Amino acid sequence: MKLNRKLLWMLCICLLMAFPVNFEANAQEESASDAVDTTGIPPAPPVNVQAMDKPNDNGHGIVITWEPSPDEDRAEDGVIGYSLYRSDEKDGDYTEVRTIAAGMYSIDYEGEVYKYEDQDDREKIGSNPNPDFLEKGKTYYYKIQTTTATGLTSEFSEPVSAAPRGDWFHTGKTSYFIAIIIYFALVLTYIRQAKKGVHLYIRPIGGIEAIDNAIGRATEMGRPILFVLGTGSAADIATIAGYTILARVAKKTAEYQIPVLVPVNEPVVMSVAQETVRAAYAEAGRPDLYDEKNIPYVTAMQFPYVAAVNGIMMREKTATNFYMGLFHAESLLLAETGATTGAIQIAGTDQPAQLPFFIAATDFTLIGEELYAASAYLSKEPLLLGPLKAQDYAKALIIFFVIIGTITLSLGWDFVANIFETSI
Amino acid sequence: MTTSELLLNGLAAFLTLCIFSFLYKDNPFYKFAERLVAGVSAGYWTMLLYHTSFHDKVIVPIFQQGYWWYIIPTILGIMMWTRFSKKWAWLSRISLAFYMGIATGTSIPVVMYAAIYKQLEGSMNQITTDATGINTLLMTIGLICAVSYFYFSKEHDGWFGGMSRVGIYTLMIGFGAGFGLTVMGRIALLIERIIFLRDYLLVLFGG
Repeated sequence: MKLNRKLLWMLCICLLMAFPVNFEANAQEESASDAVDTTGIPPAPPVNVQAMDKPNDNGHGIVITWEPSPDEDRAEDGVIGYSLYRSDEKDGDYTEVRTIAAGMYSIDYEGEVYKYEDQDDREKIGSNPNPDFLEKGKTYYYKIQTTTATGLTSEFSEPVSAAPRGDWFHTGKTSYFIAIIIYFALVLTYIRQAKKGVHLYIRPIGGIEAIDNAIGRATEMGRPILFVLGTGSAADIATIAGYTILARVAKKTAEYQIPVLVPVNEPVVMSVAQETVRAAYAEAGRPDLYDEKNIPYVTAMQFPYVAAVNGIMMREKTATNFYMGLFHAESLLLAETGATTGAIQIAGTDQPAQLPFFIAATDFTLIGEELYAASAYLSKEPLLLGPLKAQDYAKALIIFFVIIGTITLSLGWDFVANIFETSI
Repeated sequence: MTTSELLLNGLAAFLTLCIFSFLYKDNPFYKFAERLVAGVSAGYWTMLLYHTSFHDKVIVPIFQQGYWWYIIPTILGIMMWTRFSKKWAWLSRISLAFYMGIATGTSIPVVMYAAIYKQLEGSMNQITTDATGINTLLMTIGLICAVSYFYFSKEHDGWFGGMSRVGIYTLMIGFGAGFGLTVMGRIALLIERIIFLRDYLLVLFGG
């Protein structure tokens, strides 16, 4: 009896397990009987096609969105893409703009929505876009055609139109705007305080303290000083900080009557460097010592420039080498050659990838922000001290937001982190 | 390898050895290679600038596309040439001031985005109770301490000094890793050059 009862139970379980399988099999059979062979039948065009001016641009872009064709997922001869056509007249000749592959839905929308930004491709990478790509204010018409795997095409969708227009305010950058207003309010406040004579403390920075000693060493040895402004452009912030230190060094060299050599790799950097040194010599009361030939343009290419500067180090036997500015892969090549000549070397850059080489191969290194602080520390000018103080408060705010953002995210709230999600 | 390729590769191998000779000391071969490469690159760059800047951004827009307002920046550019005249050199400062002001101003949003906003966005992470959470916590502490190292308005002593010391250690760990990574890259470049020389010698001597 016991055995029979067990057999009965097992039979029941087997029946229960078999039922869902049967249901599924039935469903598949029904589906197969309902499926229509769509081979050879053209697909439907996409639905809900819309065109609008691209927001936050300079007036040369239109955004087109659409929802998938109802036939996108059909079993036979499915949709593989959507071809977008443009014309400047509703009933005019349309030219194909781009084909978007099926399934490439936009991440900007919830659900299955396609999006295409019709603008010069160079605009998207910020590289010298064609200013005439889409004429500002002119109406353009778009229609879309669906294509299947076998090449069947749908009817065109109904034409939709939009006119590109420029925007004065980039709404994606509103938080920048607020942050910059707060920052500049702090800058102006501290500049005013510095001008009133309020003492603004700046902690001593090792590399800056060593600058005067290094100049003194060159004077004692009777050898020139080499000042390298890096391979950045004249407007790079690190290069600008380099000019300020160059001014200080040039003034000292004018006082001690030793030459400062500034080989540069960019014509505009050369002009600014020449102006900086000329002004420093005049300030030191020795404009007669200024020699423009000491600030030559070498070449704009990185490694030939390095080869030339290394040659200068070896031949001029510079006693002190300064590397202040924006550096790339040339940092170690320069600093290592300088080290072999026995020169005292002081470097400063804001490039994290190059700092390790300067730290390894030079005597003193100004790390990142220290390079910017150096100019304020050396000059003690209110116009430089004010921003430095404001930057310190900005850093305190950054620390605050990192702590609060991390805590809130850990608790499952993302409202703080979302403040910093913005577009360029 | 054709004769012309053999000659060109021979020249490249010779110049490579000239540059390597600097490892011994400064010498006429290095000087030759240095001046050749600096001169050639300066000439090449001048022509490149002419085509990509003067031709594409001055001649084409003004004379072919009719954008007359491009004359304004062109005049600013021409003013840079007044540096050659002592009497008119002051005009070049206007161009320089314009360039510096515009370039600095336009870089503010870019720097805000890349150096502050994106960094902040990436620095705020959820601290979980697993190993990833510990890693995130360590990174967050390291970041806060590293930022405090660059705080210049306060003496680095007491608890704040401790924080900034942890910050500089964090930076040094990062620099050490970066150093190792780049040195490996440089060694790869050296190996590539040695392989080039070896292959050339094999072709030359039929190895």
